[in-house]
Amino acid sequence: MKRLFYSLLALLTAATLFSGCSEKTAHTKGVYMLLDTSGTYTEELVKAQQIINYILANMNPGDTFAVSRIDTGSFSEKDILAKVTFDDRPSVTNEQKRGFRQKIDEFVKSVKSSVYTDVSGGLLQAVEFLNEANPADKTVIIFSDMKEELKPGYKRDFPIQLGGFKVIATNVIKLRSDIKDPTEYLGRLDMWKKKVEAGGGDWVVINDLERLEPIFK
Amino acid sequence: MKDSIFMLFPGSPALTLLVWAIIIVAIMYFARKPVHVALRAFSRTIHASLRVAARAVTLSAKRLKARNEDVLLESGKKAIEVAIEREFERVEKVIERDIGTYPELHRKLSDYNSKIEADYQASMETPPPPPEWVKAVDTLAKIKTGNDPMVGKMIGDIKGTIEKAQNKATDEYRRATRERLSALKSLMPLWRQSNKLLEQVDGKITGLFQHAKKIDENLAEYKEIEQRSDKAVRTLSSSSLTQFFIAGIVLAIAIGGIIINFNLIAYPMQEMVGGNSYIGPIKTADVAALVVILLELAMGLFLMESLRITHLLPIISSMDDRMRTRMLWITFSLLVILAGIESSLAYMRDILAAESASMRQYLMGSEEQMQTSVSTIPLIGQMVMGFVFPFVLAFTAIPMESFVHSLRNLLGMITVGLLHFIAALLRFTGSLFDGLGKLVIGVYDLVIFAPLWAETKFKKPTK
Repeated sequence: MKRLFYSLLALLTAATLFSGCSEKTAHTKGVYMLLDTSGTYTEELVKAQQIINYILANMNPGDTFAVSRIDTGSFSEKDILAKVTFDDRPSVTNEQKRGFRQKIDEFVKSVKSSVYTDVSGGLLQAVEFLNEANPADKTVIIFSDMKEELKPGYKRDFPIQLGGFKVIATNVIKLRSDIKDPTEYLGRLDMWKKKVEAGGGDWVVINDLERLEPIFK
Repeated sequence: MKDSIFMLFPGSPALTLLVWAIIIVAIMYFARKPVHVALRAFSRTIHASLRVAARAVTLSAKRLKARNEDVLLESGKKAIEVAIEREFERVEKVIERDIGTYPELHRKLSDYNSKIEADYQASMETPPPPPEWVKAVDTLAKIKTGNDPMVGKMIGDIKGTIEKAQNKATDEYRRATRERLSALKSLMPLWRQSNKLLEQVDGKITGLFQHAKKIDENLAEYKEIEQRSDKAVRTLSSSSLTQFFIAGIVLAIAIGGIIINFNLIAYPMQEMVGGNSYIGPIKTADVAALVVILLELAMGLFLMESLRITHLLPIISSMDDRMRTRMLWITFSLLVILAGIESSLAYMRDILAAESASMRQYLMGSEEQMQTSVSTIPLIGQMVMGFVFPFVLAFTAIPMESFVHSLRNLLGMITVGLLHFIAALLRFTGSLFDGLGKLVIGVYDLVIFAPLWAETKFKKPTK
């Protein structure tokens, strides 16, 4: 009823504005997901599939979704495993979702561990990608233990502009060292929170994969 | 405050206050007359202005009431004129159909009557009497023969002749009676048919009487309206309110239908105009779905206007018949096309919903995409609904017309009531200002009661 009423209002008030200049990006979502592929974390990728499927199920026509791996040098388009901007037509969108899932499934089956973990580089790549796609809501999901290990020579100690971004860390598992010293785990999360918020972004942690609703809030 | 210039006696505020009170009372006493005049003038001006305003508002209310009555009576008159016209049309049809065939009916009845009369005449024919000579012979037969064999033989012959004649006469009588009875028997169906025909005539005449009675009633009502009687106004007002509520209920039902229709076509419309296009905060698909529904309503209105069922757009009903018929077919065709579009959208909706459900299942767990239900009943139901809705919505024009007309009367009545209320409020406020003026004057005199008392005490009486 409310929708019908608003439609009527929109019809009356926006009739004058209706000259083919309807907005296309003002209501779209953009999600960029980073998958940690370092060390034994690859075993966790089955959980990442769950998250990807959840995101795909909640994506609408016009939304943008990309999945990229975190490896030694993540600031690269080559690390993008699958990317899509869904078509305006719901029927085509469904086909695109099917294809996307297949790509991810193939990747998970054949993934190889990387030696280093360049989370910052991946985050930078996500920011660049989403800024280019320019959706209304920009979300970066980091599926990682958030322990960054950079290859010598890689420079990542600079602020990242994250204004308008929501950065969600998921499945931040506790490492052996974290169990021994929990302050290490808490300190790691705090460091990332500060880094994201310093860049103007919002920081969220989701460890319970049954509660993924905050991704689209 | 201590060092204020108003402190006439520093250190003695009571004395200062007393002196100031005396000064103020003295000033008020000397200024009494002009202040009274000013206060009276002020309160009277406001009182008079508000009364004038109230009168103007009352006058407007009266004018509006008269205008409302005019509109009400005029619409009532039109409605009765239409009703009388329809009754006359019905009477004309009855006369054309039934009374027009009266000569034939009359001829049939005359034929039946002639036949009945002929048969009746035939039934009246009496059998021939026995021949006259039989009496004479009978007398002869009674003569005593004695012992004469000749006479005996002759008498015997005569007896035989008489018996023969008797038998013949009896036979003749029986035959004649049989013929009369059969003539009477053949009257039965003719009587029945005549009775049936007369019953038919009675039914038709009764129908005509009923129509005539209705015309009489309508004419009496029309006369009441012509005389602008209170009864007519009351009846029409009440009828208008009833119309308003009934039309309102029907429109509410239609709005329910529009909502369902909207939900039926809004989602599949995304396939046509895209699911990511917005006009302001609203999806273009939603707006497009609404446009389709509004177009259906408009086509329905044009159709009803072309059929002269409604009269919201006089330009259509006043078109010449050829043009109106063209318009009728055009709007009907467009309505059919829109119904087809809706039906196909309903089909698409079902497919998309099934695909989405299947995709959700696929993404949420199962390796293989699950097969969706193959029942076609919901699909057919949606398609039929999509096809039927535009035609159902077309009929919304009828209650809409009643609603618009009765709304005008209702709004008129409400406005009249509101104007009367405003007039009463203005009169009340005017009276309040008048009373307040008097009160303030009284309070003023109360403050300066001492000099006033002295004035009346020491003033020399003027001759």
